[in-house]
Amino acid sequence: MSVKLPIYLDYHATTPVDPRVVQAMLPYFTDHFGNAASRNHPFGWEAEEAVEKARKQVADLIGANAKEIVFTSGATESDNLAIKGAAEMYREKGNHIITCVTEHKAVIDTCKRLEKEGFRVTYLPVQKDGRVSLDDLRAAITDKTILITIMAANNEIGVLQPVAEIGAIAKEKGILFHTDAVQAVGKVPFNVNELKVDMASISAHKMYGPKGVGALFVRRRNPRVLLAPLIDGGGHERGMRSGTLNVTGIVGFGKAAELCKQEMESDTKRLSALRDRLNERLHKGLDEIYINGSMEHRLPHNLNISFAYVEGESLLMGINDVAVSSGSACTSASLEPSYVLKALGAGDDLAHSSIRFGLGRWSTEEEVDYVADKLTTVVTRLREMSPLYELAKEGVDLSTMQWQTEGH
Amino acid sequence: MAYSNKVIDHYENPRNVGSLPKDDANVGTGLVGAPECGDVMKLQVKVNPATGVIDDAKFKTFGCGSAIASSSLATEWLKGKTVEEALAIKNTDIVTELSLPPVKIHCSVLAEDAIKAAIADYKKKQGKETTADTHAQPTA
Repeated sequence: MSVKLPIYLDYHATTPVDPRVVQAMLPYFTDHFGNAASRNHPFGWEAEEAVEKARKQVADLIGANAKEIVFTSGATESDNLAIKGAAEMYREKGNHIITCVTEHKAVIDTCKRLEKEGFRVTYLPVQKDGRVSLDDLRAAITDKTILITIMAANNEIGVLQPVAEIGAIAKEKGILFHTDAVQAVGKVPFNVNELKVDMASISAHKMYGPKGVGALFVRRRNPRVLLAPLIDGGGHERGMRSGTLNVTGIVGFGKAAELCKQEMESDTKRLSALRDRLNERLHKGLDEIYINGSMEHRLPHNLNISFAYVEGESLLMGINDVAVSSGSACTSASLEPSYVLKALGAGDDLAHSSIRFGLGRWSTEEEVDYVADKLTTVVTRLREMSPLYELAKEGVDLSTMQWQTEGH
Repeated sequence: MAYSNKVIDHYENPRNVGSLPKDDANVGTGLVGAPECGDVMKLQVKVNPATGVIDDAKFKTFGCGSAIASSSLATEWLKGKTVEEALAIKNTDIVTELSLPPVKIHCSVLAEDAIKAAIADYKKKQGKETTADTHAQPTA
């Protein structure tokens, strides 16, 4: 059976909108186009009703109350609102925030900005498997700590952080706990009460909904979390996020959440089997390939592998009919290799050689086989022209070589 | 990133991939770059001692498509040149030929470094002008 090219295996970057989601959204562009804040006519009432239905659908996916969902433009805004909003609101209580080195830039750069404003931020390291150590977390807490922000699942290596354990520690110490749950929600079970999460960032486009809409879960009870808004205006979303609601986007987000809830179990089962198939096929065809991050605590649809002695961008060039990402410096705007992979301590060379595979709702066995076989061929070809592979085969220990690094 | 057709051609059909016997007195080897930077080039020249002309050139490169193309192109250009002519190859010539974008200029610089390192190694072996040895060596 032939596969349709190009193949999309970059579902951590974004996902296509599920056709059922598109169907749900369409009437809200034309027939029901009202402003959800228009309180005095049916156009507004319809829009408001649709938004409230979606709010319930999103809340149900994470075990929250609908009133605890604040719609935003996406998870970057949600992260900013959670961290800056809490920092400003609780500044009198303390000025210390704890996060982790492998967080998304939306969290790291927000924390860096707060540092400029006088906050102190601890960036916890991760262990080899990509998870933070709970002992490190406990040791970092001071009486000035007001917020812990640690992601649920990493966007590069798919590693799941011990969110429930972190939530328990935060609760015990009376510290707010925010988690960037973008990659986890809709993919693995995520319940804000079981996990004792006070705030959680979610994005629609990572779960087969539209781009440009996200949410922040903000706990209302035990404790009641208060946030200073980033955007002032008409006082929408309980004053936490002013701006006319993106009704169509929110409707799509709600439908996407409903579908994820219904299909999570079957999707997980199917995708983890496909992921394992990809992994096994690659291991069968190639030696010296290394999985980055814990395989045990990992999203079911993620695989991140370093192909030793081969540079990531050249690898992507060889599989140009497959959409994946690399941690190589050459593929990043910053020209730095992935800081997430560097944090695992495996060495920059393995970061340069890494590929992230993200499987999703429409990934097939044929696609996975095609990708594994093509990669095996390309890696083999590139190793034939790799001086590092040649040296390694001659028995030279590359780590003891003195490399000419000046000027690079 | 969009690659020029010439980069794609060199990536898909690299010229002169391989190795020459590095202990041969007429072979100069340059090994430049570093794995943690994401680029390592090994470039070798075989010089005819009678004429001083480069008879053969080979490369192996760990790096992006532009790095592979730069070293592939360099080996093409080296063949048939005298050692002195080879030293006149500038990274900017490679940039122009391959239409490298600004972020890839370092690939051409590395290729020029590799040429110079290979020729320095050759000259050292010949007992001529022991210029600074710029290529990497195992410390062990």
